[in-house]
Parts: sequence; structure tokens; C-alpha cells
Amino acid sequence: MCVAVPMAVVGRDGDTIVAEIDGVRREATLMILGDEVQVGDYVLVHAGFAIALLDHEGALDTLQMMREAFHPADMA
Amino acid sequence: MNYRDEYRERGVVTGLAGRIARLARERPEPLTFMEVCGTHTMAIYQYGLRSLLPGGVRLVSGPGCPVCVTPNDYLDRAIALAKLPDVTIVTFGDMLRVPGSRSSLMAERARGGDVRIVYSPLDAVALAEKNRGRRVVFLGVGFETTAPAIAASILTARARGLDNYYVLAAHKTIPGPMETLSDDPELAIDGFICPAHVSAIIGADAFLPLAAKGVPCVVTGFEPADVLQGLELLVRQVLEGRHDVENQYRRVVTREGNRRAREIIRQVFVPADAAWRGIGVIPGSALVIAPEFRKYDAAAMINVQVEEPVEHHGCRCGDILRGKVSPFDCPLFDRTCTPESPIGACMVSSEGTCAAVYRYGR
Repeated sequence: MCVAVPMAVVGRDGDTIVAEIDGVRREATLMILGDEVQVGDYVLVHAGFAIALLDHEGALDTLQMMREAFHPADMA
Repeated sequence: MNYRDEYRERGVVTGLAGRIARLARERPEPLTFMEVCGTHTMAIYQYGLRSLLPGGVRLVSGPGCPVCVTPNDYLDRAIALAKLPDVTIVTFGDMLRVPGSRSSLMAERARGGDVRIVYSPLDAVALAEKNRGRRVVFLGVGFETTAPAIAASILTARARGLDNYYVLAAHKTIPGPMETLSDDPELAIDGFICPAHVSAIIGADAFLPLAAKGVPCVVTGFEPADVLQGLELLVRQVLEGRHDVENQYRRVVTREGNRRAREIIRQVFVPADAAWRGIGVIPGSALVIAPEFRKYDAAAMINVQVEEPVEHHGCRCGDILRGKVSPFDCPLFDRTCTPESPIGACMVSSEGTCAAVYRYGR
């Protein structure tokens, strides 16, 4: 029920955005998120509502932490 | 980067699993971590993550499937409403097949009841606007992730001057049961994989009180590499004797969460005590519609007779939701209770532990 999908914002008209993932486009509302969302951003969409703006730096940091310094024994 | 596929990379997943195994060897006693959210449960089974973990790291599933923890009397009321000739029930798909005490919404629909599935609660508001002669009732079930959307639907109905839109609210908040379960000596939880999208709303800091009590907490995303990294951070906390709130899911979750969403929740709902299937009543863990919005409250405004609820004999959903037993311990699992003909809610909801184990874990 808490499933939410990271989607690219490809259009915006007032409080309504068009968001896309895997070629599928859906409308979502910004009612509970805020005004700073722009085309090109990624948002998390739940039940037709954008609930969070994705943080690119945070995403990269996490990936880096995941990939960094794998012990040779971990890769066995 | 699409913020999803990167966290499914096989090399990263196996590397993290290896790292957890190496760390776990430093500690002879087994570790028990609870994933609270049903979407985590689903991811763990779907990607077979348990099979990648060392024997000393045990995962138990918690009460994080909203449909599953909703007691029968709620569903019985929804079913009673569906029997009224001028009522349209609108819901997310998960609720349709959940058995109430004596019927289900699916059965009522087959008998001619007007029961519809939507993607967004705003679709329900639109339905009410188009059908002014009908009373449109949205089934407001879900945790903090979903509650703001439902609250926004009520605000939208008010802004559009609708007097035929209602919500039957059974919203619950998740930190309360986590605290209850962390106190359970039988479970002996060594740390929590904190819910991802609930935290997008309430913020990682919402788990500080739990961590202060001595329980390691890691807010964790839903992709396979996220879950394993969350576990790695939990194992590290235990090894280092720490009990902090760490945020693995920084691309979505901030310390303070979504303030605007919380403001909308506060505007429309007030906290109350809630009954959780399997756990009992937890003070302050419900969100009920505030008196100011009473005209949108289906429970207050639409009078129906609801019979005394009956629990399903033999179903161990309640114990499963507390992490006390696995679905394999239930006498009904995979015998009389299957996704095709479910007996308990844990088998119906796509996020229920029984459904996850049935699909991926047998």
C-alpha cells in the first residue's frame, strides 16, 4: 500500500505534473509536496500524489557507499 | 539514472550480501531484525534476499501491511455500506478481496453493490462530483504515506462544495506498534528496518525516541541493494554497540520529512487509539477525521447496522503480524488459505506476509 514509484517530471501545469517511468506517463498532483518541482526533476509518486522530491546527491552517495571497498571475500 | 535500476545491480547486491556475512561472523549470537513495512516484506521475498543472508541474521516481518492490521469490524462496516442502494464504495484494489466476518466487498459487488477501484483518492472525489445523487465513500486505509492523500481528497471535496463525498477512515501511524514490539522480550528485536515511504512523510527523526530506547533503526529503501545496505548498517550498529537512527534512503527521506504533507494530516485528522490486528489497542496510533470535517466522515454520517465481528477460526494472521510465527506455522496456509481463496488478510493483500511467502517463499 505504501508503494511509490520514482518518476521523471516531463510536464507541469500548475499543481498537476505529468510524470513518466518506463515509457508510461501519468498525471500526479503537487498538492502535498510543494512548488519547487520542475520539469527534469524526479519525484516519488504514490496514489496520484507526488510525495517527495528525489535528491540526486543523496542517490549518488548511497550508490558510492554500496560500491566502495568491497572486500575481496565479499565478492566470492 | 532513474533512481531504481541502479539499486538492483546484481554485483552490488551480492557484494553487500557478502559484506553482511563477513560482519556477522564477528558476532556469534544470532541477530533478529524486523522489517516493519509490507513493501519491504514483498521485496525481501521477491528478490530472494533471505537466501543471501548468513544463518545468523534472521529477518522477521512486522505489522506494516495496512490492510492486514485492519480488524474485521472496519471491513464489516464497509460491506454494510456497500449494501446500501445509494452508496458507491471506492477503494484501492487491495481491499476488494479481504474477507470480512461474513462477506467481502468482491462478493457484494457480485451481488450488485457499487464497488469501484481507483488509483487515486482524487478519482473518488471526481466520481462524487459526477454522481451527485449518490453517496461516494472512499475507504481510507493506510499509514502516514497514504493519509495525506486522503486528507487532500477531503480538502478537495470541500473546495468543490461536494456534500456527497465521505471517507471511512482507518488510518494508522507506525511508530507506536514499533515501540510496542521493541518491548516484547519474546521477539527480542535487535533493530528495525524502518519503513521507507512512511519516512518520506514523517522524517527519519521520527524514530529517534525508539533509538533512544536502545533499538538500532535504519530507514531503508525498497530496492534489493537498499534492503541489504540497511541490514549492513544495522549489523554494524550492533557490532559497534550503537543505537542510532541512520538513513540509508537519503535520495528520498530527509530528517524532517514532508512538512506540507504532515500539515495537511494535522488539519484533517486527529490522533486516537487504534486496534491493530494481532497487537491490540495502541494509544494514539489512529488518525480519525477531525470534528471540523465530520460531514465527510462516513462512520459518523451514514447510519448502518454492523453485526458483531467474527474472526476466522484457525487463522494466525495476528501472530504473523507480530513476527511471532511464520506462515508455515499456520494450519490454514497453503491448504485452505491461498491467494485464490484467502481466509486471512495476510494472504489477500499483495503486501501480506502470507501472500509474499506463498508467491516467492515456498
